[in-house]
Amino acid sequence: MSKKDLRLKINELSSSIGVFKGLDIQVGRIVDEEWEEPMGPTPMPGVSTLRDWDRKLLKRYKPFYMPFCDLCCLCTFGKCDLTGDKKGACGLTMAGQQSRIVMLACCIGASTHAAHGRHMLEHLIEQYGRDYPLDVALNTTVEAPHVRLVCGIKPRTLRDLEDALDYVETQIVQLVAAAHTGQEGDNIDFESKAFHAGMLDHVALEVADIMQIATLGFPKGDPEAPMAEVGYGTIDPQKPVIMCIGHNVLPSVDIIDYMMDNNLFGEVEVGGLCCTAHDMSRYNKRSKIVGPISWQLKFIKAGIPDLIVVDEQCIRTDVMDHAKEIGVPVIAASEKSCLGLPDRTHDPVNAIIDDLVSGREPGVLLIEPDKVGEVAVKTAIEVRKRRGEKKLFNIGEISELAAKCRACMECVRACPNTLPVMDAMTAAKEGDYSLLAGLNDLCVGCGRCESACPVDLPVINMIAKASEDNLLTEKYAIRVGRGAIQDVEIREVGSPIVFGEIPGVVALVGCANYPAGYGDVAAIAEEFLKRRFIVVTSGCSAMNIAMTKDEDGLNLYEKYPGNFDAGGLVNVGSCVANAHITGAAIKIANIFAKRPLRANYEEIADYIHNRVGAVGIAWGAMSQKAAAIAAGCWRLGIPVIVGPHGSKYRRMLLGDKTNEDDWKIYNARDGEKVYVGPVPEHLFYAAETLEEALVLTAKLAMRPNDTNKGRAVKLSHYIDLHKKHYGAMPDDLHLFVRRAQDVPFTMKDEIMKILEAKGWEEDRIASPDPTLLDRMVRRRG
Amino acid sequence: MSAKMKTGQTAEIAGPKKANIFPNADVAAAMIGKAKRPLLVVGSVSTKLETNDGDFVDTAIRAMKNKKVSVVATGHLVGEFRSRGVDNAYSMSIFVLGKYLSDPAWKGFDGNGPYDVVVFAAFPYYMEWLVESGLKSFATGLRTVSLERSYQPNAQWSLGWMPEPDWRDALEKIVSRLEEEK
Repeated sequence: MSKKDLRLKINELSSSIGVFKGLDIQVGRIVDEEWEEPMGPTPMPGVSTLRDWDRKLLKRYKPFYMPFCDLCCLCTFGKCDLTGDKKGACGLTMAGQQSRIVMLACCIGASTHAAHGRHMLEHLIEQYGRDYPLDVALNTTVEAPHVRLVCGIKPRTLRDLEDALDYVETQIVQLVAAAHTGQEGDNIDFESKAFHAGMLDHVALEVADIMQIATLGFPKGDPEAPMAEVGYGTIDPQKPVIMCIGHNVLPSVDIIDYMMDNNLFGEVEVGGLCCTAHDMSRYNKRSKIVGPISWQLKFIKAGIPDLIVVDEQCIRTDVMDHAKEIGVPVIAASEKSCLGLPDRTHDPVNAIIDDLVSGREPGVLLIEPDKVGEVAVKTAIEVRKRRGEKKLFNIGEISELAAKCRACMECVRACPNTLPVMDAMTAAKEGDYSLLAGLNDLCVGCGRCESACPVDLPVINMIAKASEDNLLTEKYAIRVGRGAIQDVEIREVGSPIVFGEIPGVVALVGCANYPAGYGDVAAIAEEFLKRRFIVVTSGCSAMNIAMTKDEDGLNLYEKYPGNFDAGGLVNVGSCVANAHITGAAIKIANIFAKRPLRANYEEIADYIHNRVGAVGIAWGAMSQKAAAIAAGCWRLGIPVIVGPHGSKYRRMLLGDKTNEDDWKIYNARDGEKVYVGPVPEHLFYAAETLEEALVLTAKLAMRPNDTNKGRAVKLSHYIDLHKKHYGAMPDDLHLFVRRAQDVPFTMKDEIMKILEAKGWEEDRIASPDPTLLDRMVRRRG
Repeated sequence: MSAKMKTGQTAEIAGPKKANIFPNADVAAAMIGKAKRPLLVVGSVSTKLETNDGDFVDTAIRAMKNKKVSVVATGHLVGEFRSRGVDNAYSMSIFVLGKYLSDPAWKGFDGNGPYDVVVFAAFPYYMEWLVESGLKSFATGLRTVSLERSYQPNAQWSLGWMPEPDWRDALEKIVSRLEEEK
């Protein structure tokens, strides 16, 4: 607990004014003694507290490293070549170095979420006070499953979240220290530390989201959260346009408040990009979601914004250059990203506006959110007037530009997806813009093509201009982020999930670094919604799911309900709302299975790993934050699939289905070690194709605890998808069928023949009360 | 740097240990042809690569006429082989395969022992780059060959950067050699 507090307990005190008995004086916070649940075994675990649990998982899911760089250049001994069996000057091996980088990535991600949470907490405490209650979800008593599970705290007020963040920050320092030269050297211990960072990350995510839900009036786990709009077409470019980019919603809240107070919503457009946009829509559905991170550069370069407000995370670090190109100012609203701008936080509002509108300052740093609203709105209005007629995509004739192309192919070689930019330019020279337009949906918007182009062609803008007509009218419905899953929903679905009758929970999360356009995430979501999985989503993925319509013009948010149940499409919200997804798995263990939650990480993770058929898919994972979020899933035993670019995280955690010993676990009923088959087969896996990911998702939803009926349901999806995309029955069915009752009824004859040919025997694969923890065995032999 | 060492993506530069470039396709054909247990690993881009046989799936099917050549399709590509009437191509994820290839005790798909030459083709550039990087460090006894038409620095041997017609000719020579030895 907080070291700043003082508590004095005196049984009996005699003084000149009388005798006092049972005196308890507290300076600082009141210690909560009302939580009846006893403290579990691992309150605020240290770096090595859960090491044994991690090693159990890592023994089964061994790392396969794919070095992204053969060198280590972190100290002055280096550069050191670590290729093969070489070691660095400090003694570190290639496996050690790769796992070290994985851990550092997870630490960066966890730090980013924790710092985001800390900034918001300080501001919200200042605004609402430490005693502001945490009312975060309807029909819910388990308001913060991660904080309860990891810290052993039942947070009631904003003050309690300080303790959780204190803990997270302290632990991250310990982890980063392990990466110093001459510290940790064992790759499996680095992996365990990466898991630790992931666990901390989910605490930080939860802290960050529940405080904003409680104070800012976001939807409180409402399955019928309102619909908002997403897409370029939501913005009227002829009005003054404020573009908010990033993840920390506080500056945007101030802008929305100012617009509401001054009745300006019809006159000024405020739109968001990336997770700030999600949280703006949770605050006020009239704010517009322009799109995911990949649209950032395209939207700015199109010339639509009159003012750009950046807060933190995933913002273009060269935003000043692009703002200058279109002649609009920038407000930087976080000290994490000052962009070289003068700090005008304490200057008079009108002076700041004058400097921005006149162009004397290209931008300003406003660290306190409170002034951002007035400055942003007034500046945008004046800049809009100054710009006169707003010319979008103001680059001249595409064909004239394309004529300068030297066909050097540098754009293609720079493109993460090797898109045929050069062919598109060649066609554009002749006035055929269809190839350029076709690139728009596939482009991840990184701008590397422009950087590489020797004649400085504005490739991004050429692509956007070629698809201008479609782009500017694109508008989709999206159900705003609802936040947590209610306790009552968990009670409803706990049993069918744990016994396998709901075939799985698929979480489509993460960034927009897609290999083949944003349509893939909607395709994945729809496949599993039709199959009555629960589909949960957040962040850029949640936006992109909205952007595919069927022939009737409806998207998935318009076709599927928002409740946490079979066939539900649940948008929890921004990146920090990801905590509610893993939080739901934790709550299944606690609320449905009545497993103690307080500081009881290992048992809860063991429960989730063996019983809750949840699979994370981060199809466009790009960032260190995504790595940390994935690591938080790994430690809970939840498998994660990433798209092809996710392979650049440089290590997979792969099971070996052929090694039976890896899949032996305890039967908690009698302590016997039994073989349960490779379920779930992998913990971290990059899929090469969408179809591979679909099949694998169905497969990874299987758990040892599945009932016969549940396993039959899950197998039917696995088999059906496999036949559809691989053109044949899976060749590993004998590893997943435990008894004849597991076999989907409609395929019985066909499957039994296959099993017979494989020498399958009934009950060789057990159906125990599964656990990896010896201490969970209730009775021996 | 020779033009042949031009990578498929600008920043994918490996080192210090980098792939050798085959001086010509005949040398590549000879190396693969002389292998005792070659494995051809075929990636998901196969259907988009035009070859003299049609696409790269067709080329791989032709290579399979040499009975010592095992073919494994990654991603969901094996469905393409099956739809073309070929049922004896194996299927495995590229990274799971990388893990097995790094295990000296692995006996291969048929259980007859480890592969001596593993040939990669038709992958997203960075995925092949990464799996070959893993093999470079963790399967040091394995000979890896890239048949991509741009330089793959983490393989032991690469065809190197070449124009598309030259690449098709190179593939033709390699597959013809395998056919001759069937």
